Amino acid sequence: MAATAETKGPSALRNAFGGVLGVFILLLIGVLAFSIRIFSVIKYESVIHEFDPYFNYRVTQYLTKNGIYDFWNWFDDRTWYPLGRVIGGTVYPGLTLTAGSMWWYVLDMVETVCVFTAPIFSANAAWATYLLTKEVKGTGAGLIAAALLAMVPSYISRSVAGSYDNEAVAIFALVFTFYLYVKTLNTGSLFYATLNALSYFYMVVLGTLLASLVPVVGFNAVMTSEHFASFLVFMENVTLKHNDHYNIEEAFSWHYAQLECCFRRTYASKYIPIIASVSEHQPPTWPSYFMDINVLAFLVPAGIIACFLPLSDASSFAVLYLVTSVYFSGVMVRLMLVLAPAACIMSGIALSEAYDVFTRSIKLQLPNILDNSPDAGDINSVSSIAQNDASKIDSHATTNKSETVSKERPSRKNRKKEKEKEIVEKVPSNSENKKRLLVLPLEASAVSILLLIVLGGFYVVHCVWAAAEAYSAPSIVLTSYAPDGLHVFDDFREAYAWLRHNTDVDDKVASWWDYGYQTTAMANRTVIVDNNTWNNTHIATVGTAMSSPEKAAWEIFNSLDVKYVLVVFGGLVGYPSDDINKFLWMVRIGGGVFPHIREPDYLRDGQYRIDAQATPTMLNCLMYKLSYYRFVETDGKAFDRVRRTEIGKKYFKLTHFEEVFTTHHWMVRIYKLKPPKNRIRGKLKKPRSTSKSSSSNQKRAGNTQKNPWQ
Amino acid sequence: MAKSTSSDAQMLIRSLRTAYAATPTNLKIIDLYVVYAIVTAVIQVVCMGIVGSFPFNSFLSGVLSCEGTPVLAVCLRIQVNKENKEFKDLPPERAYADFVLCDLVLHLVIMNFLG
Repeated sequence: MAATAETKGPSALRNAFGGVLGVFILLLIGVLAFSIRIFSVIKYESVIHEFDPYFNYRVTQYLTKNGIYDFWNWFDDRTWYPLGRVIGGTVYPGLTLTAGSMWWYVLDMVETVCVFTAPIFSANAAWATYLLTKEVKGTGAGLIAAALLAMVPSYISRSVAGSYDNEAVAIFALVFTFYLYVKTLNTGSLFYATLNALSYFYMVVLGTLLASLVPVVGFNAVMTSEHFASFLVFMENVTLKHNDHYNIEEAFSWHYAQLECCFRRTYASKYIPIIASVSEHQPPTWPSYFMDINVLAFLVPAGIIACFLPLSDASSFAVLYLVTSVYFSGVMVRLMLVLAPAACIMSGIALSEAYDVFTRSIKLQLPNILDNSPDAGDINSVSSIAQNDASKIDSHATTNKSETVSKERPSRKNRKKEKEKEIVEKVPSNSENKKRLLVLPLEASAVSILLLIVLGGFYVVHCVWAAAEAYSAPSIVLTSYAPDGLHVFDDFREAYAWLRHNTDVDDKVASWWDYGYQTTAMANRTVIVDNNTWNNTHIATVGTAMSSPEKAAWEIFNSLDVKYVLVVFGGLVGYPSDDINKFLWMVRIGGGVFPHIREPDYLRDGQYRIDAQATPTMLNCLMYKLSYYRFVETDGKAFDRVRRTEIGKKYFKLTHFEEVFTTHHWMVRIYKLKPPKNRIRGKLKKPRSTSKSSSSNQKRAGNTQKNPWQ
Repeated sequence: MAKSTSSDAQMLIRSLRTAYAATPTNLKIIDLYVVYAIVTAVIQVVCMGIVGSFPFNSFLSGVLSCEGTPVLAVCLRIQVNKENKEFKDLPPERAYADFVLCDLVLHLVIMNFLG
């Protein structure tokens, strides 16, 4: 007892020092998480990235300008013309409300608040990971897991500064909800159950993807009645959300489709081309695992094993979370994001346990090295004291361990074998010794610690590289390195600015749905379809128009009151994500609703080409014409740098459209619909079209579908 | 044979009743509350079966509140029960306070959902 009283002073001081150090480390982790994500601001500028964040930005602007009541009842008529969109009812308001409340403190600079929301919440997510892992395994594991999550490339890719999207904040909500859940498991208190329910509500308010996933993860553990209470409360919240916005059948059918896509990988590609066409919904390749979670990929199995010794409620929850997220990440690349926190937790546990074993081995054998005289009594007592220090928790086994250490002394070479034998003998004799202490050779432990640190170094190097090079591109501004320096392609903003300044406020712009959000946010013009993709028929209409010959396309666009058509063309500079590369998806989606568009019509021998061997349907369709109009004037040969061939039809005129603007690098081209002629020379339009359709019907009996616009 | 099973059943019921009589009063009150809530839920479901589920919001909120409060009450009972070793250190006032808080949140959501 005297010994414990004496050791209490220094151990209390050590605990205090450890606590302060822990807080300091957490602060540093937060700073790390924030700063690794601002490469894009440093390399480019403080700008909103990609497509979806522009919609969120526009919604946040509306909220800050008009207040929450107007925002709740907002009907947006500048998109999905002529249908409009009930934004107040169909958007997940969590991100907007979070950023709005942050703006409310600052009262200025909505854009800056939006750009930096994601890094701030990444720091919060790292701290939440610390809390969650601390509940599962302990403080050391918590700190390592937090540090891993601060840097994991998968999470960085969706939360760089400027990526103002739900995922950044939703991962924080997810991890925090899980933390409260595990805390409820561990303490059994209803207070935490309520907090957990509220946190789950916040997460549902934030994320579509995660809301459809978490019920799959969470229904496993309705073990004690505490969780059933929180489960019931959040079931209510889920139904609350659904019933407010759409009727229950639609909600169920959409979530059924999402879950089906998760469970049956081929479902989306067969039945819903829009879901299949989004690149993020494809299954990931093996290299993308290594790119996105790097060394965590092989630390995770070690973590799973560490979770089983011993298996508690919290650690079994962590294992379940990991297993389900691994399965779902194999279905969709986008769900790798949900895998990231699970992988970090598991790796943190694995690394913490590994460091534990190695440092304990070194600590126990350090007296043997320092004191060279083979004094049995001294070494025995010193090592037993060291054992006492190291095994504060497991007091029953100290006598066992001192015996085993003294037996180890004779020879170092077969130390490991003897050790294993001793343990095997001791375990049946001492049933209370649940924690098996492994003491490894000193050199092996030291080298292993060094190697683990080097591994951590590789991880850090990879993460910083990924953040700086791979994931920081804003995708609205493109750069390339040429021999004569850095080229910046700012064509998108150039086109949207032109639209903003040179067209009327009420003019409608038609483009493929990818650019809808950016057009409404930056050009402030009404669009026909946007990234929300809620109306497949409307998108198919635009797709059909792009795939039809000029006159038919003009009819379709005219019926939608469209004034301007926007296409993205990468052939001059080699930008591969242009509309010609996406064109087959337009054909498939259009053909899904309007059967007179058939994909084989645009392929020559099953191959998609735009050169001289292309099919006449392809060479006459609107997308081809709008992309390659006057392209031959650039280099005389009309060589398309993306498709790497000269185009098929080089010299042609547009009859129903006129070109009004082409950006500097020809990346965005804007055309205006020509007004209909006042007088039609020759025969009247009506009999000509009917004779044409009847003759075409006679040609292919039963195969041709009537074009609904003629 | 029948006589022995019926006498067995009687003995079983009698032993259950004497065991239950031994529980403290506060636990019996909680049990009564649970039974009351579940009976109310059953009445609501029967009513919906007869009349139809038109204001579905209201039906859902009513039924879920009648299911939520007994669940919370059962949690409370577990935590307040002196024979429960797991919650020996939890003061009963804290358990009651938790119960009240959770009920508040539950009813807040319910009232919002009534429509």
